[in-house]
Amino acid sequence: MYAAIGAGLAVIGAGIGIGQIGGKAVEGIARQPEAAGLIRANMILMAALVEGTALVCMVLSFFVAAP
Amino acid sequence: MKVLGKYSFLLIFSVLGWNLIAQAPEHPVRQPVQQHAQPADAHPEKHIAPDNAAEHGKAAATGEHHGSNPCGHTTSEETVFNAGENAVHHILDANAIHIIGDLYFPLPCILYASGQGFTFTSTAAFQAHHHGNGTLAKDGYVLVHANVMRVQDPNFPKGAVDVGEPAHQEVTMPQGKIKTTYYTSYDGTCYALDTKTTYDGGILGGGVTSFSDFSITRNVFTMLLTAILLFFTFRSAARSATRNRGKAPKGLQNFIEPFYTFIRDEVAQPSIGPKYEKYMPYLLSAFFFILGLNLIGQIPFFPGSANVTGNISITIVLALLTFIISTFSANRHFWEHTLWMPGVPAVLKILILTPIEFLGIFLKPFTLLLRLFANITAGHIVVLSFVSLIFILGKSGTSIPGSIAGVAASIPLTLFMMALELLVAFLQAFIFTMLSATYIGAAIEEPEHH
Repeated sequence: MYAAIGAGLAVIGAGIGIGQIGGKAVEGIARQPEAAGLIRANMILMAALVEGTALVCMVLSFFVAAP
Repeated sequence: MKVLGKYSFLLIFSVLGWNLIAQAPEHPVRQPVQQHAQPADAHPEKHIAPDNAAEHGKAAATGEHHGSNPCGHTTSEETVFNAGENAVHHILDANAIHIIGDLYFPLPCILYASGQGFTFTSTAAFQAHHHGNGTLAKDGYVLVHANVMRVQDPNFPKGAVDVGEPAHQEVTMPQGKIKTTYYTSYDGTCYALDTKTTYDGGILGGGVTSFSDFSITRNVFTMLLTAILLFFTFRSAARSATRNRGKAPKGLQNFIEPFYTFIRDEVAQPSIGPKYEKYMPYLLSAFFFILGLNLIGQIPFFPGSANVTGNISITIVLALLTFIISTFSANRHFWEHTLWMPGVPAVLKILILTPIEFLGIFLKPFTLLLRLFANITAGHIVVLSFVSLIFILGKSGTSIPGSIAGVAASIPLTLFMMALELLVAFLQAFIFTMLSATYIGAAIEEPEHH
């Protein structure tokens, strides 16, 4: 059960991070629509990197919970 | 929206799980039956706990060859629908492809057991029927839920042998975990079954057992199918591209070319830099292979339905390829900045920077493989959970209004999830390619001279 709580906490962190990235990217696109393509590519890349930490935590909690 | 869809499966699953816990009858802790138990027809009630006796008796009255079984429960006796088990069963690999009802598409089986050597057969030899359980054993191998298992006992007869429906027992381990062991019965004797060897070191269950499975499984079949489809698609597109040089694209080329130029201009060139052409074949292969598998995995009936990119073995191999390519093409500049960052005090380098950067080399492909695996698996589990709503609300078909409510809830939710998964299929193929290109780009980046 503690493993599941840990996974949930990790996802909260990633959620805050991805929310920040998405919000700032949309702000950036609203300010400079001509840079939308570049901003979008970077946004996806950063979101993927933030997501990576959450995935590592989730897998660690699976390993704790599984065997 | 993507993030919401991805993590909502945790929420939905916990709700479904709670429902099942609330509904499931109490199963008593069973003692394992000794391997050579008494004949099946002697006193079957002896091993059965009192509260399950009626259920077992009913099964014995209706079916004769797979009725009451001294080895444990059989699939036909199960009355409670388990959504979690059902979902996991559908996303796992199997030795046969389920088409409809009791019809299974047979696939070749290549099995190896030490001391017995290779066994070449086909899933058809096991005569799979209901739930993919085989009624025939072949050289000590039996089919359980469309997966090959092996009888541990060396005294089990070789060749084709008629066995009943396999049974299973849940044993509660000291830590509160439930371990399921499968048994087959032949001539009134129970034989414990071994699952196939998995090389995860027992971390996710399994581990090295008495046999290995090199079969063309459902996933391998789908990968071969995707490879053949991609080969013919690209051959046609390449032909028309050479024929129509300088002219407007035609036919399939119209469909392929935007993807190709997108990977070249938006992914490879900005991420890798001037030397991108050398890595284009790998990036394009990875992109189209993952995209093809994702899309074919979305088809809910026969040629598709295999959850290939949601199988961690396949994503491990894909990420390993990226790891090998980026590590072996890394230049001196990359290694210097990874292992001994210039301009940082030596204490900081030894204590913090170098260990973290060293771990990062392996964490990058690790997150790459997990991202693809987790996204596709989560999507499939959510779809299966929504379909399971019909059986949960309808109490496995016994309640008609419940079933109707389940169908009414399930169809729009499943449709929504499938549409979201279509987006995720493209997005994950793109992200995998994008990150691979970024890792390769970071490895071959030339230092800027000021």
